[in-house]
Amino acid sequence: MKPAAFEYHAPREFDDVLELLADDSVDARVIAGGQSLVPMMSFRLAAPERLVDLRRVEALRELRVEADGTLVVGASVTQARLLRTVERSHPLLAEGISHIGHPQIRSRGTVCGSLAHHDPTAELPALALALDARFSVVSAEGGERELDADEFFVSYYEVALEPGEMLASVTFPAWSGERGWSFRELARRRGDFALVGAVATVERSASGTPSDPRLVLFGVGERPVRMHEVEAVLDGAPLDAEGIEATRALIADAITPVDDVHASAEYRREAAVELAVDALAEAWGRSRDV
Amino acid sequence: MSDQALAINVVVNGAEYATDVEPRLLLTDFLRHKLRLTGTHVGCEHGVCGACTVLIDGEPQRACLVFAAQADGCEIATVEGLAAPDEPLHPVQQAFHETHGMQCGFCTSGFLMTVTALLRDTPHPSDEQVIDALGGNICRCTGYKNIVAAVRRAEELLAGGEAVPAPDAPPTPTTPSPVATEPTPTTPAPVAAEAGHG
Repeated sequence: MKPAAFEYHAPREFDDVLELLADDSVDARVIAGGQSLVPMMSFRLAAPERLVDLRRVEALRELRVEADGTLVVGASVTQARLLRTVERSHPLLAEGISHIGHPQIRSRGTVCGSLAHHDPTAELPALALALDARFSVVSAEGGERELDADEFFVSYYEVALEPGEMLASVTFPAWSGERGWSFRELARRRGDFALVGAVATVERSASGTPSDPRLVLFGVGERPVRMHEVEAVLDGAPLDAEGIEATRALIADAITPVDDVHASAEYRREAAVELAVDALAEAWGRSRDV
Repeated sequence: MSDQALAINVVVNGAEYATDVEPRLLLTDFLRHKLRLTGTHVGCEHGVCGACTVLIDGEPQRACLVFAAQADGCEIATVEGLAAPDEPLHPVQQAFHETHGMQCGFCTSGFLMTVTALLRDTPHPSDEQVIDALGGNICRCTGYKNIVAAVRRAEELLAGGEAVPAPDAPPTPTTPSPVATEPTPTTPAPVAAEAGHG
């Protein structure tokens, strides 16, 4: 099918973008890479009356690495560009991004677009949650507000953006090379959305025990979930094979996957547990003494 | 709102076009219907199959996931730009031809654009890099074996026709075989079965 008719704007000034989004009598959407929005429009799952293209707004193309390693990713920064930038400096982010679609998608699809679209089986929302990303949300009327991942992701394809607001940038804190990490996902074909996936990070304290362990699962519910209970059990305890095995039941109980055409809830739960324990073991193996 | 006419300027295969488009016109339809460049094929029209892959400012992208209006100011390369009708085939086309990297051919123009960009950026890709790039293009006929062979052959042709040993191939013997009296041709002989497939 072809997309329904809409009006199109590509202003040069960020303020003009916000003005075009502010009119609440018009159903307006931002378009950057369009790698999720255009197919939704072609299926007529989305039929916005107005598209505001960000391609001419210089300020939104900014990809800044600050002196301390903090990454600020503007709304128009493509996944491929972030991948090239962090290939060596942020192995977890790089590994996760390399699982998004295909090179032909990543060369156009944006980081902020994937976050604002919030497919709960997508890689970037889970990475943002695991990595304490901060979301800069801007509107003409309300100015700027900053949200964390837990506040930003609401439910399937739903985020905390109010009418007139857009995601202007996302900030990832600096990555510490001592931190162990792992990114695992299960997809039926290369480049497909994952059925389920796991992100794990952990530090190794001076006494050789895990410190600040993180486990995020995705594809197991309406949004990526941090396994706080599992983290609490692992923190400071010996992270040997036995310790990791002991988390299986906790993980299985903490998630509520659903049946759909791609996989049953039970299959997803089983796969999520396997990916999670593998990810924890791999992250621990990669962690180094501080 | 549907009658909004947007003036766009694009360069397609080196030729400049200044024209008006409706906002909802996809780049695939712009190329095929407005410019009559029908080498870019439309398969799924929702970004899954890769048949419509073109290069936008040098990057392989799906033309069905881009509105023509978004391509304003861009340089686009389609399969028609790889080699003019009176020219020899582009090395990537030649490689697909030699290795029979196609069956029905519907997906081929998308593969050609993907592989052209891959080998431009990565002249000697790893198997993993080849698979990552080809994973974005669906071929329902071949099972990919000959397409991967085409990538390896194109790699050789672009490197000047020299054979590149496969990473897992046994090393080439350094002493010539006693029976080989003629030098190995650097350009392959024409494929015998050339005319066998319509």
